[in-house]
Amino acid sequence: MYVDPEIIRLLAFLVGVIAFAALNAAYLVWLERKEAAHIQRRIGPKEVGPFGLFQPLVDGIKLMTKQLIVPAGVDPVLFKIAPILVMVPAIMSFVTIPFGETLVARNLDIGLLAIFAFASVNVLGLLLGAWGSRNKYAVISAARVVSQNVAYEIPMLVTVVTLVMITGTMNLHTIVLQQQGGFWHWNIFNLSASPLMPVAFLIFFVCMLAETNRAPFDMAEAESELVAGAFTEYSGMGFGVFFMGEYANIVIGASMATILFLGGWDCPLGLFPGVLWFLIKMYFLIFTVIWIRWTFPRTTFYGLLNLSWKILIPISFFNLILTSAMLKVF
Amino acid sequence: MVSLLTVEGLSGLLFFGFIGITLAGAIIATSARSLIRSVAGLALCFLGVAGLYYYLNSPFVALMQILIYVGAVCVTIIFAVMLAESSELKQITSRNGLVGPLAFLASGILVFALAGLALKTEWRPALCMVNRGTVENLGQSLLTTYSMSFELISVVLLVAVVGSLVLARAGRDK
Repeated sequence: MYVDPEIIRLLAFLVGVIAFAALNAAYLVWLERKEAAHIQRRIGPKEVGPFGLFQPLVDGIKLMTKQLIVPAGVDPVLFKIAPILVMVPAIMSFVTIPFGETLVARNLDIGLLAIFAFASVNVLGLLLGAWGSRNKYAVISAARVVSQNVAYEIPMLVTVVTLVMITGTMNLHTIVLQQQGGFWHWNIFNLSASPLMPVAFLIFFVCMLAETNRAPFDMAEAESELVAGAFTEYSGMGFGVFFMGEYANIVIGASMATILFLGGWDCPLGLFPGVLWFLIKMYFLIFTVIWIRWTFPRTTFYGLLNLSWKILIPISFFNLILTSAMLKVF
Repeated sequence: MVSLLTVEGLSGLLFFGFIGITLAGAIIATSARSLIRSVAGLALCFLGVAGLYYYLNSPFVALMQILIYVGAVCVTIIFAVMLAESSELKQITSRNGLVGPLAFLASGILVFALAGLALKTEWRPALCMVNRGTVENLGQSLLTTYSMSFELISVVLLVAVVGSLVLARAGRDK
């Protein structure tokens, strides 16, 4: 029986991508707990395996053996479909992320757009889950998620448009290739295109924190006021899948920052580029994301919206105009 | 007969999948009792249409369909419904007994006409590819060939933004 090698390649990448997303979700929880513990002068998980390394496995088994409770009064279809809607787009985004020179499942010409398109479905999943739960905490959380995502999608997309004007392509592979040869070629230091590039990176990073609902912008699942926000009614692996989706989104956000601003798989000194460098930069950004969560307290809701509408959006538009002027003049 | 284990075979199967998704989404959107389920059906329908666009060799339009219709329009509709809808589901009763049969008749005629048109037309593949639909092509056509429509759309959007601001202001003063 003849099987097309392309199909085998796609299947291999599919399995690899799902495994990568799941492994990251499991071990980022471990990293988060360890890092939080050390920041608060505790030890963190240490009983299961060396340094508590098998803790995620045990947690996963625990979540899977728990009963999936569908409370009376919820909308059963929407309630069950919501975790899937959060997880699947995240996995689809991985398809076009180039981890290395040849390590990419599908090198799309409009890969950048693909990732933002799939990322926008994430909100829909949270909204449907929250509304389907028929829970007041969940509905409040959903209202916050929407206003937060609408507010932060604008500066993020404007920053990305600025970057696309400089690179002239939406192909992620080409964007990385343009930044090869040492850290002074990276887009974050591309000062000749726009002197505000480091600021653009900062805006992108802040928006990524807000889009993935991480502290200090975790209004959507503020534990101390909304129980667990949109996930309040979920138990067992339903809850687990939401968390996997959330961590997968953090991985995607960090990968995007790495690809767009930090030169992807390029080595800072221009020697031996490879997948390793991509992973180092990505995990450093993820480490920073967790670091920020355990350092800064949660902002107020109005503080969050003010930051976006009054500071980030004007600066990103100014950067857009400045960049287009610089591109036209030089 | 193309084997299912080749790229062509699988993509053919996916094509029918997308048609099915579009139809299923449309049926859910029109027949669901709860408004939120209708919107979910609408989102499903949009996803199916995005898949069809992808098969028509325009991945850019397909992704824009997802980004704008699923990610923005459906989310906005759900948000509006969540703020406005009372939890009781109102049963819509038609006053006139003739409405149902007439609707069926009208949609039947429409389906018949469209199907006839589709079957009678001699379909030819495009002779050549106009361009690759990249961002560059798109920008050039937006600012040259279609600059008038582009400007008009921006004016419409501007009016919408200013109008919503005026409405929101009026509400705040009360």
